[in-house]
Amino acid sequence: MLYSEKVMDHFTNPRNMGKMEDADGIGQVGNAKCGDIMKMYIKVKDGVIEDVKFNTFGCGSAIASSSMATEMIKGKPVEEALKLSNQAVVEALDGLPANKIHCSVLAEEAVQAAVEDYYKKQAEK
Amino acid sequence: MNIYADQAATTRISETAKKAMLDCMDKAYGNPSSLHTPGQTAKEYLEAARISVAEQIGARPAEIYFTSGGSESDNQAIFSAARLGAMKGKRHIVSTKIEHHAVLHVLKRLEKEGFEVTYLDVHGDGIVRPEEVCSAIREDTALVSVMYANNEIGTLQPIREVGRICREKKVLFHTDAVQAAGHVSIDVERDSVDMLSLSGHKFCGPRGAGALYVKKGVPLLNLIEGGAQERGKRAGTENLPAIVGMAAALEESCRRMDEDGRKVTELRERLIDGLLRIPHSRLNGDRKRRLPGNINVCFEGIEGESLLLLLDARGIAASSGSACTSGSLDPSHVLLALGLPHEVAHGSLRLTIGPDNTAEEIDYMVENIKQVVEYLRNMSPVWEELQKGERRYVIQ
Repeated sequence: MLYSEKVMDHFTNPRNMGKMEDADGIGQVGNAKCGDIMKMYIKVKDGVIEDVKFNTFGCGSAIASSSMATEMIKGKPVEEALKLSNQAVVEALDGLPANKIHCSVLAEEAVQAAVEDYYKKQAEK
Repeated sequence: MNIYADQAATTRISETAKKAMLDCMDKAYGNPSSLHTPGQTAKEYLEAARISVAEQIGARPAEIYFTSGGSESDNQAIFSAARLGAMKGKRHIVSTKIEHHAVLHVLKRLEKEGFEVTYLDVHGDGIVRPEEVCSAIREDTALVSVMYANNEIGTLQPIREVGRICREKKVLFHTDAVQAAGHVSIDVERDSVDMLSLSGHKFCGPRGAGALYVKKGVPLLNLIEGGAQERGKRAGTENLPAIVGMAAALEESCRRMDEDGRKVTELRERLIDGLLRIPHSRLNGDRKRRLPGNINVCFEGIEGESLLLLLDARGIAASSGSACTSGSLDPSHVLLALGLPHEVAHGSLRLTIGPDNTAEEIDYMVENIKQVVEYLRNMSPVWEELQKGERRYVIQ
């Protein structure tokens, strides 16, 4: 099998998949030309990520990486979410094939982009 | 339901081929190069296979060289023609943008060695134009190599016309017929082919056996040196059971070609009709001039690997030209040659069916593909942008 059981589980039963109408921060990274786009929505209350949703265009590992990243930041303070590394996502998924590591990088970047968008919106308030 | 729809990757071995191989292993265990009786029995099996393979493509037995498969046949044919051409100062090759990597990578290597290669366009329909082959041929052209049928989109190339042009211009003509052999009629005389590659496992034979046809009088250089096997042109003890199995499979496929072709074409049309009912989908490659069992479609807004994995979970074995399945960062060179943008080529699905597939399986595939495409589109930010009008549809 190409992927670990964890990856297949998150790919076939993605957690927190969907859109969010009243998100406090939205981040989108990647591009369709390369075959991966991740969009992440976060809902923040008292500095804590209360809810998170994702939409992904991409391969099995891109979908699994986004799903895992959402689980890892849900309920965490925003500052902590910012520290989420792609290695942590890879480890939580019990590994990714070498040519799929970029999917976990994209997940890390999607979380950062969503948090940055949240900060930006807070500053505008 | 378990459906095998990846016949272009490899076929399931036929009972006929299996039986022929077992019989060969039992009775022809000797080395065909040995002078003793077991050796000579093996030699008889080998030569009977050669006669049989030759017959199926309109060749003479002495024009057939057994190899390890399609890749080896392509390598030997092209390297040989290039080296011999270079000796006469000919360092130009004409081919197409949609060849199999077994051809393309050889051409790339030759380019590094100083050869010049013209890669012909295949336009939107995936078919090369004979007149463009004609005008690409130069004084210093050593070889023209155009595949018989494409492995991804199944398009049939105008081999007869290209063959006639090459004959007139006195240029060597090679065709990679790996996907065509056993599925569509091939006649090396009628098609004016000088060299042709085929592979056993694409028509229900075993892996590890292929053939290279080389027209009488066309010189051939070795890829593998060592022994006198294959009239000195391909060293190594012959993989006799596989060769015998391949010959049996080719004979059977050719015998059933018309009947199977009609049946498979009907299934293909049913599958295409069903899939094109999915909004923003398109068929890749000309609809009529294609292999009976090939369906290649793109669905906008989704990525092929995730589609394949979800179909596999529903018992459907298929293939895709997305970057994630090609092992490189770019999607299929064939789909890009059709003029498709990267993001659309990523969402391709290839289904290759055979006579064992049923109408019930076709309907199951249509229904499940529809559901999976819808599911993936729902989670795709690209699809969202398309729907909101923030991105323009490529496939209307």
